[in-house]
Amino acid sequence: MGAIPNILSVVTFLPLVGAGLILLGRLLSKSSQDGIARWGALVTTLLTLAVSTVLVVQFDSASAAYQFVENYVWFEGAAYHLGVDGVSILFVLLTAFLMPICILASWKSIETRVVDYMIAFLVLETLVIGVFTSLDLFLFYIFFEGTLVPMFIIIGVWGGANRIYAAYKFFLYTLLGSVLMLLAMLWMANEAGTTSIPALKEYAFSAQAQSILWLAFFASFAVKMPMWPVHTWLPDAHVQAPTAGSVILAGILLKLGGYGFILFNVPMFPDASVQYRPLVFTLSAIAIVYTSLVAFRQTDIKKLIAYSSVAHMGFVTMGIFAGNAQGMQGAIFQMLSHGLISGALFLCVGVVYDRMHSREIAFYGGLTHRMPWYAAIFLMFTMANVGLPGTSGFIGEMLTMTGVYQASTWAAFVAATGVILSAVYALTLYRNVMFGEITNPALATIMDIDLRELVIFVPLMVGTIWLGVQPGLVLDYTAPSVDAVIGAWRLATGG
Amino acid sequence: MPDLSYALNLAASELTLAIGALMLLLLGAFIGEKSARLISILSVALLIAAAAVAATGPLGTAFNGAYVADPLALYAKVAIYIASAVAVVLGGGWMQRAGIARFEYPILIVLAAVGMGMMVSSGDLISLYVGVELHSLALYVLAAYHRDDLKASEAGLKYFVLGALSSGLLLYGSSLIYGFSGSMRFEDIAAYATANPGPGLIFGLVFLICGLAFKVSAAPFHMWTPDVYEGAPTPVVAFFTTAPKMAAMVLFARALSEGFLQAHEQWAQVLILIALASFVVGAWGGLAQQDIQRLLAYSSIANIGYAILGIAAGTEQGLQAMVLFMTLYMIDTLGFFAILLSLSRNGRPIRKISDLAGLKQDRPLTAVAITVLSLSVLGMPPFAGFWGKYYVFGAAASAGYWMVAAAGLVASVVAAFYYLRIIKLMWFDAVPDGVVPTDRAPVESQWIGWACAAFSFPLVIVGLTWLEPLTRIAASGFGAG
Repeated sequence: MGAIPNILSVVTFLPLVGAGLILLGRLLSKSSQDGIARWGALVTTLLTLAVSTVLVVQFDSASAAYQFVENYVWFEGAAYHLGVDGVSILFVLLTAFLMPICILASWKSIETRVVDYMIAFLVLETLVIGVFTSLDLFLFYIFFEGTLVPMFIIIGVWGGANRIYAAYKFFLYTLLGSVLMLLAMLWMANEAGTTSIPALKEYAFSAQAQSILWLAFFASFAVKMPMWPVHTWLPDAHVQAPTAGSVILAGILLKLGGYGFILFNVPMFPDASVQYRPLVFTLSAIAIVYTSLVAFRQTDIKKLIAYSSVAHMGFVTMGIFAGNAQGMQGAIFQMLSHGLISGALFLCVGVVYDRMHSREIAFYGGLTHRMPWYAAIFLMFTMANVGLPGTSGFIGEMLTMTGVYQASTWAAFVAATGVILSAVYALTLYRNVMFGEITNPALATIMDIDLRELVIFVPLMVGTIWLGVQPGLVLDYTAPSVDAVIGAWRLATGG
Repeated sequence: MPDLSYALNLAASELTLAIGALMLLLLGAFIGEKSARLISILSVALLIAAAAVAATGPLGTAFNGAYVADPLALYAKVAIYIASAVAVVLGGGWMQRAGIARFEYPILIVLAAVGMGMMVSSGDLISLYVGVELHSLALYVLAAYHRDDLKASEAGLKYFVLGALSSGLLLYGSSLIYGFSGSMRFEDIAAYATANPGPGLIFGLVFLICGLAFKVSAAPFHMWTPDVYEGAPTPVVAFFTTAPKMAAMVLFARALSEGFLQAHEQWAQVLILIALASFVVGAWGGLAQQDIQRLLAYSSIANIGYAILGIAAGTEQGLQAMVLFMTLYMIDTLGFFAILLSLSRNGRPIRKISDLAGLKQDRPLTAVAITVLSLSVLGMPPFAGFWGKYYVFGAAASAGYWMVAAAGLVASVVAAFYYLRIIKLMWFDAVPDGVVPTDRAPVESQWIGWACAAFSFPLVIVGLTWLEPLTRIAASGFGAG
C-alpha cells in the first residue's frame, strides 16, 4: 500500500469533512435526513478507522522519534505541527476504533435531532484525534479545549433528566482546570521562545519554574482524568450523558488527562515530577480506595461504573509517575484497556436502559433467565474490569503495580487493595442485576441482545481478550517512546 | 514647516466625513423625513470612502503635532469607519420597525466617526479633548434617539450627565498636566516627565485615566453602562460597544505610552486595578442578568478589562495585543447584535435572554451563529475571541503580570456561565408554549451576523495570518521594547 500524503491531517480532519457533508445534506434537503446522517457518520468513522489502521501499519515501531511529522508556520506564535510517537498513535487508533461503535450504539436509542447528534460526534472525533496528533502547544490547547463544546452539547441535548446541571458542571470544571494550563503554556512559550512540544521537551526549565508549571498542567489534567478530589463532575456527566456519550467520555476523554501527563508533566518538568510524586501517589491511593468504596454503595449502575473509572484512573496516575518503564507502560496499557472495558460496560448498561429506561440496580435482577447472551458478555467485561488474568485489565494493573512497587511499597500495597475492592463492587453489581429470580414483572418480557448489539460487542471482546493474551501488541509499540521518556527523566534528575 | 495642504491631506479622511456629514444634513433637511433610506445608503458610502482614504493615506504629523497620522491611527480609523458603516446598516431596518426611521441616525454616526477619527489621531491634550467631546455629543443624542421611549430618554440623560462628569475629570487632569509640564503635546510632556519626575504630573494623569476609563466603561467607572445599554435602541448599543470603544482604547494607549511612558510603573498600577475590577464586575455582574443588552454591557465591561490589561503591559507586544483583541471583539459583538436585530418573537424584538429559548428548532443556522459568537466572546479556542485573549494574556504575562493574567482567566471561567446559558437556552430548551417565532427581519442584519460568525470560525484561521501582521505594524514603535 502506498503512503498517503499528510496522513495525520487526513486522519484528523476526515471526521470533520464527514460532518460537513452531513450538514450540507441537511441544508440542501427539507425531508428527514436521519438515515443518511446515521449511515454517513458510520461510513466516515469506519473510513477514519481504516486510515488510522494504515497509519499504525506504516508506523516504524522500533523508533522513539515522532513520525509522519507535518510542520507549517501558521502565524507568529503558533504552528500547525503534527506528529505521532508510539504512545499517541495507539490513542488515535483507540479513538478511531471506539467511534464507529458509538455510532452503532446510538443507532436506535437516539431518535431526536439525529443529524445534530452525528455531527457533534464527528466533530468530537476530529478534536480528540487532534489532541493526540498535535505537537504544538497552542494547537494542542485548541483541540483539548475544543472537546468541551461538542461534549457539552451531547450531554445537554440528549442526556437524562438532570442533564443541564451535569453539562454545566462538566464544562466549568474542565474549563477552570484548562485556563491554568493556558497560562502555563504562555509562560513556557515566552521563556523558551518556542511552542514546539518536542523542542520544549529538550528545554531545561529551572526547578522553581518547574514546580509551578507542573501544578498548572496538573490542575488541568487532574480534572480531566479525573483524580480525587476533583472527580465529582464525572459521575454526574456519566449518568446524564447518553450511552455513546458515556463511552466516549470514559473511553477517550479521560485518557486525555493521562496522555497529557505523559506528554507534558513528566518529560518537561522532570524534577517537579519527582518532587510531587508523593502527592500523586497519595491522591491516587485515596482515589483507588475511596471511590471503590463509594462505588460499592451506588444504586445506579452507570454511577457505579463511573466511580469504578475514577478508581482505575488512580492506577494510571500512579504508574505514570512511578519513575520506571514498567509503571508507565502499565499506565498506558491500563488506559487503552480501560478504554475498551469501560466503554463496553457502559454499552452493557445502555442495552438494558434502551429496553427498560431504568438504571436502578434494584429495578433489575435475574436477567440470566431472559438474556443469557447478554449475561455472558456482561460477565466477561465485569471480570476484565476486576482484572482477571487473561483479560487486558490484568496486564495493565499488574504492570502498574510492579512499577509502583519499585517506587513505593506502601502505594503498591494500597493499590492492591483496590483490586480486591473492585472485585467486591463489580461482583456485587453482577449478582444483583443478573442472578436470582425475576421479581420485577416489567422484566418478564425483556429480550436478549440482537444482531446489531452483538456486532458492537464482538470487537470489544476480541480486543479485550487479545490484548490480555498478547500484550506485546501494545507494549512493543510504546516501549521505545516510554524508554526515551524514562531515560530522559532519569538523566534529568540524576536518578 | 509643512504647509497647510500637507496638513489637510493628512486629515483627509476626517475632512471627507465632516464635509460629507454636513452635506447629508442639508440633503436630509431638504428632502425631509422620507430621505432616511437614501441618507443611510449615502452615509455608508461616505464611511467606506473615508475608510479607503484612511487606508491609503500618507503618514506624518500636522498642526504642530496636534494631529498624528501613524500606522496605529490609520489602522484604528479603518476599523472604526467600517464598524460605523455596519452600525448604520444595522440601524435601518430596526428604526423602520420601531417607527423612528429618520435621517439623523446615520448622520449622527458619521459625526461620531469624525470625533473618533480625531481621537485616534490626537497628538496633544487639546485634540484629545476635542475628539472625545465631538464623538460623545453624538453618542448622547444617539442613546436617546428613541425619544418617545421612557427608558431611552433615561439612558440618554444618564449617559449625558455621567459623560459630562467624566469630561470634567478629563479636563481637570489635562489642566493639571499642562500646568506642571507647560505643554499640551504628548512629546513635550514625555520630555518634561523624563527630566522632572514628580507627583504633580501623576496627579493629573490619574484624573486623565479616570476620565478615559469612564469613556471605555471600565470598572469602577462602569455604572452608566448597564442602564444605558438597556435603554438605548439596540443598533445604537451595537455601535456603542464597538467603534467608540476602539477609539477610546487607542486614545488611551496613545496618551499613556506617548506622553507618560516614563511613568509606566505608576500608571500600570492604576490600570491593573481597573482591569481587575472590570474582570470581576463584568463576570460576576453578568451572572444574574435577564436582559440581553444588560448582559452584553457586563460582557463588554469584562472584555474592556482584558484590553486594558494589554495597555498596562506597556510594551509594543501589549499594544498589539490590545488592538488585535479589540478588532476581534468588535467583529464578534457586531455579529451578535446583528443576529439579535434580525430576530423577533411574537412580533416584538428580542429583549430577554429567555426569548432565545428553543431557537435551535426554528432557526438552526442562526442558533449555530449565535453559539459560535458566544463561544468566541467567551474565548474558547479555536474561535476568534480566543486569539485576542491569547495575545493579551501573553503580553501581560511577558510583562510580568502573572497573577493579573491568572485572575483574568479565572474570571473568564465565571463569565463562561452566562455565555453557556445562552447556548443552553437555544440548544437544550424547547420553544415555550404560545410563542410565535417569526423572522421578518431585515435580511442585511442576518447576513452581517452570519458573516461575522463565519469570520469567528472558521475564517479566523486564515484571517489571523494577515490581521496579526497588520496589528504588529500598527503597534510598532510604541511602548518599551
